[in-house]
Parts: sequence; structure tokens; C-alpha cells
Amino acid sequence: MNWKRATIAAATAAPVIGLLAWGMTRDPNNIPSPLPGREAPAFQLAVFAPGQGELRRPMGDTVRLASLRGQVVVLNFWASWCLACRDEHSLLSMVAQEYIGKPVTFLGVLYNDVPDKGRAWIAEMGGQSYPSVDDPGARVAIDYGLYGVPETFFLDVNGRVAYKNTGPVTPTVLRRKIDSLMVAGAAAGAAKGAGDSAKADAAGKDVKARTGR
Amino acid sequence: MTRFRGFGRAVQAPALAALLVATVAVTAAAAQAPALPAAPKGAPQDSGALRVQVLGSLSEAQKNDPVLEDKTKAVASELRCPVCQGLSIQDSPSELSQQMRTVVKERLAKGESEQQVKDYFISKYGEWILLEPAAHGFNLLVYALPALLVVGGAGLIVLLVKRWTAAPGEASEGVESPTRTEGESTD
Repeated sequence: MNWKRATIAAATAAPVIGLLAWGMTRDPNNIPSPLPGREAPAFQLAVFAPGQGELRRPMGDTVRLASLRGQVVVLNFWASWCLACRDEHSLLSMVAQEYIGKPVTFLGVLYNDVPDKGRAWIAEMGGQSYPSVDDPGARVAIDYGLYGVPETFFLDVNGRVAYKNTGPVTPTVLRRKIDSLMVAGAAAGAAKGAGDSAKADAAGKDVKARTGR
Repeated sequence: MTRFRGFGRAVQAPALAALLVATVAVTAAAAQAPALPAAPKGAPQDSGALRVQVLGSLSEAQKNDPVLEDKTKAVASELRCPVCQGLSIQDSPSELSQQMRTVVKERLAKGESEQQVKDYFISKYGEWILLEPAAHGFNLLVYALPALLVVGGAGLIVLLVKRWTAAPGEASEGVESPTRTEGESTD
């Protein structure tokens, strides 16, 4: 055995093995989005599927993202031709109802589909509790860096993208993200309130604002 | 022949390993921007109506402007189609690529530079959207390795040819073969 050759061979093979091992830990389908942490791209889109009950919005009503400040927004891009969207549909619809009365807004965005087909799909799936808007030309989808459906964006109360979920959303992710964003939003609101009153008046008022929640 | 085989064995293993490292490294560097997007979980079918709306914000003159068309093609050729594999949005017939091309054209028509349009897409999709990774950081490997391989390969060939064509007395491994082999006798 030639030890010199063996050492050279081992030294050259080690990086290859290392590189392959590192490659195995990566999911090529998981392309990190640059959006989380940034302000969510603004949009105003018309409702084509009104939703049900308390979450209902009139058909044709324009939804402006700017008007949803102060709320956690769950933005779900979907299409009637998307098979994976079927997996998450009932979950989204159900969880949206769970958060009625809380500062949370669910909104579906139709991606590369025609509203009639979208409505027919919703009817076939047994309805959707929250409204969906149409995105002609996929302008908003491109603005959100979409590369497939379903994709779900969680926006915080300040209108920033907090998290992007690729593929069907799971119950755990959905509830945890909403809850943590609600808590963060409430904390930020409390801190802001405290800051404002400190600026405005005496220290006693400040303490009251901080502890008054 | 023995000489040849002895030397061949000596260089074979490291040379092969080096080649492997290089190949894998280039692949990995290219995979910074993975060629595989999330599988398009279906395909849009009925979209004729959408296309009409998309072109809405371009004037008639802009739609037929050859200079704008050329600029659009140039930018679109550099952007990756998110729902294809290794295709630019210029070459892809997919719905999303067509829509992205329209966005490119509209932004250029509004007076944005080609770089500004590319920056817009990078801000939405990350650098992954560029078919050719920008030449900085880890990406440099993609550009540097092929050149290094060519230079290294040429050097290796020169070295090998020198050794193989050297007179028998000059080669250090000549002692391994006390008798002339059949192959050498024909020289």
C-alpha cells in the first residue's frame, strides 16, 4: 500500500463527500423568499367569491391591503386547477371561522384562473368561509414572488410579510403563526400606546397605559 | 508498457477525484439558484380572457415598438421561469412567464432601465430568478472553476505527454521493466 497515494486520494475525496452530504441536507424545491421582513406589496383587488356569514364581503367589493393595517392577514393564493389547494381548503375555511372577532383577516387570491371556475370550485368544495379576490394578469402574484400554488403569506399588524408557506398549509403552522403574530401585534400596540402617553403626559399615566391591558 | 501503467495508476486516482470535486462544486454553486422550482402543482388552462387584461396598460404604439420589444427580449432572456426547469421567461410558453414578460415590457415602457426591471424581480424572487448567477461571493466558483479546470487539464496533458515521450533512461520508473515489452519493440 502506497500511503502517500492513499492520503492524496483521501484528501481529494473528502471534500467531494462533504459537498454531497451538504447537498443532501438541502431541498431544491425550497427557494427562500426575500419577502419576509419586508413590507407586503400593496394591492387592491375585487372580490369574486364573497365568503359566508360574518366574513362575507360583497361581490365586486375592492379589498385594499392598506385598509387591513392593524390586523394579521392570511393571504392564500389558490386556483381551481390546483390539486394541492384541495388539501388545505377546508382547514383554511375552518380556521378563518375560529378567529372571527379577532384582528385576523383571511383572504383568498385567485391565481391564473377564471372567477367562474373559482366559484364553481368553491361550491364543489362545500363553500369557503372567507372571501376571495381575483388577480388579473397575476400582477399581485408576481409582486409576491409566487412560483406555484398554493402559497400562503402571513402578514403582521404593521403590514409586513412575516412568513411564507409553500404548499398546503398545516393546522399547526396556520394557528401558531396567527397566534404569534397576534401576540406580537398586541405587544407592539401596547408598547406604542405606552410610548405615546409618555410623550404626551406624566409618568403615572404611562405606567397605567402599560399595566392597563 | 509497465512504465505507462505505473504512471497511469499514480495519476489516475487523484486526477479522477479532482475532476469529481470540480464537477460537484460547479453543480453545487449552480444549485445556489436551484434549477428545480417547486413543482407547478397543476397547469392553468383557461386563460385567454386574462391575457387581454394584462396588456391593458400598454399603448398601441408601445405594443408594436421594436426597440421596446428588443429590450424586453433581452431582459426576459435573463430571467428564470419560476414554473419551468432551466428556461427563461422569454423561452417559456407558460402562463406565468407570459405575464412576467408583460410586466417587464410595462416597466421598460414606463422608463425603467433594464437593471431596474431585473432588480424588481430580484426583490420579489431573490437572486434565484437570474438564470446567470451574479459574479460575486460563492457564485464566483461557477465562473472560476471552468477556467481553472482548463488550465489544470492542459498542464496535466503537457506533463503526461512529457513523461510518456521521455527517453527510457530519463524516466524514473524505467527500472520497473527489466525486459522490453512487445509494445515498446515496435517503436
